[in-house]
Amino acid sequence: MKYCLFSLFLLSQFFSPGNLNAQSYQDAKHHACLKCHSQQSYTFHNSVTNMEIKRLMNPYYVLDTLAMTAGVHKQFDCTDCHSSEYGTYPHQANLKLEPLSTCLDCHGGDVSFAKYQFERIDEEFKKSVHYKVYGDNFTCTKCHSQHTYKATARTSDNVLEIVDYSNKMCLSCHNDMKKYKMVSGHDNPKLVQVHEWLPNQELHFQHVRCIECHTEVLDSLMVSHDVLPKDKALRKCVECHSANSRLKASLYKYQNLQKRAEAGGLNTVMANESYIIGTHQSPVLKLASIIIFILTLVGIVIHSTFRILKKK
Amino acid sequence: MSTTEKIYFYPVWLRIWHGFNALGIIILIFTGISMQSSIESSQVVGFNMIVNIHNIAGVVVTLSYLVYFIGNMVTPNGKYYIIKPQGFLKKPMKQAVYYAWGMFHGMKAPFPISEKRKFNPLQKYIYVIVMYMAVPIVIITGIALLFPEIIIEKVYTFSGVFVTAVLHSAMGFFISIFLVIHIYIASIGKSPLENFKSIVNGWHQVH
Repeated sequence: MKYCLFSLFLLSQFFSPGNLNAQSYQDAKHHACLKCHSQQSYTFHNSVTNMEIKRLMNPYYVLDTLAMTAGVHKQFDCTDCHSSEYGTYPHQANLKLEPLSTCLDCHGGDVSFAKYQFERIDEEFKKSVHYKVYGDNFTCTKCHSQHTYKATARTSDNVLEIVDYSNKMCLSCHNDMKKYKMVSGHDNPKLVQVHEWLPNQELHFQHVRCIECHTEVLDSLMVSHDVLPKDKALRKCVECHSANSRLKASLYKYQNLQKRAEAGGLNTVMANESYIIGTHQSPVLKLASIIIFILTLVGIVIHSTFRILKKK
Repeated sequence: MSTTEKIYFYPVWLRIWHGFNALGIIILIFTGISMQSSIESSQVVGFNMIVNIHNIAGVVVTLSYLVYFIGNMVTPNGKYYIIKPQGFLKKPMKQAVYYAWGMFHGMKAPFPISEKRKFNPLQKYIYVIVMYMAVPIVIITGIALLFPEIIIEKVYTFSGVFVTAVLHSAMGFFISIFLVIHIYIASIGKSPLENFKSIVNGWHQVH
């Protein structure tokens, strides 16, 4: 009986996918890696001096366990990607030289990931200024943290959230002197000054993504990855602020956003935080205004015809 | 021909206000339509230029509205806009019937213009709605859109900026429909140009 219960317990654990690992991220203190790598400092026993040593953790190696449990790779454990030899401390120096998997190693050429178009993203990325400047060193993970990444543009129903998440990816380097300089070799431009020409700068930064103006927008790709050099960035208000807005091929095209809007014609744009000038963005109001205008003119023509006829 | 009487209906300040307002509103309508349709910038005047013209014309119309509002407070002109409860619906209906049917059947205007009555009841109602509702809303939403950071972020589930923008352009549209009808009705007089002359020289002819 005891044996039976135990195997039932094992089975139940087996059939709750992700649970085991997710729990181990959440319970960082008891995770072999995260007990150190989720803390600002760590302690180890120095067997040479026979002392307990407490040290600061390299801040770039501190992981946010909450973000990890929400990330797309939450079902993986550290050693699924990193060498299992990291289990010993001090870590061996040559482990650093070990090549890690790239995104395409898992996601490329696999039908289950086809909808994400990883190969096309790679093609577009290879045209971008990021690749031209830093070559293969500019990996996907420079922007998309493999530990914590969330596919917000696909899952969120809130434009502001999508914008915030996307812009933080850019700002993690473009607003960080050290990271920016490492890749570009020079200081990062002061973003607020560079964008001074933009009216209501802060609102623009909250409501649209950097990539709206800084990439070649392709309607066929979920998120454009051809990041342009700064002199090719868009500087024309009308490209977005018009009925034929560029945002319709980028930020506002996402089905997850439109799903919520399908309920009513007026809601379509209203609920989506968008600000493209005028009532004409709502098809219902556009039609109503055209009908009212035509009726007014027809009324005037009929009335003046009667006036002319009656005069005779 | 009956005797022609002249009434000095439109004092100088009113005519200056009306001139600025007319010019401003016409510019606002054209630049407004240009901004919200996808008229390509390079075709006529650049989009940024259109936005600037719209902003300047908006400020001019706002200032001229203040002149109008204060003018109506301190001069006798304001009394023409007062709506009285008796015949609240009956009177404007009567005027509407006159425009639609009566004037073609030899009916005399039910509310002839006099020193005491500058506007007929229908006209008065429309002017009150336009000048004391539509124009103030357009001005307030316009100022808000000039400084979008002051707009409340959410109106229920809607974006505050978008609600403001829709309200602004819907009221703008309403005003442009008013303008078309206003100009047309002005042509109903002894001769089609008579009323246009009056708003320039100030004198209204009573036949």
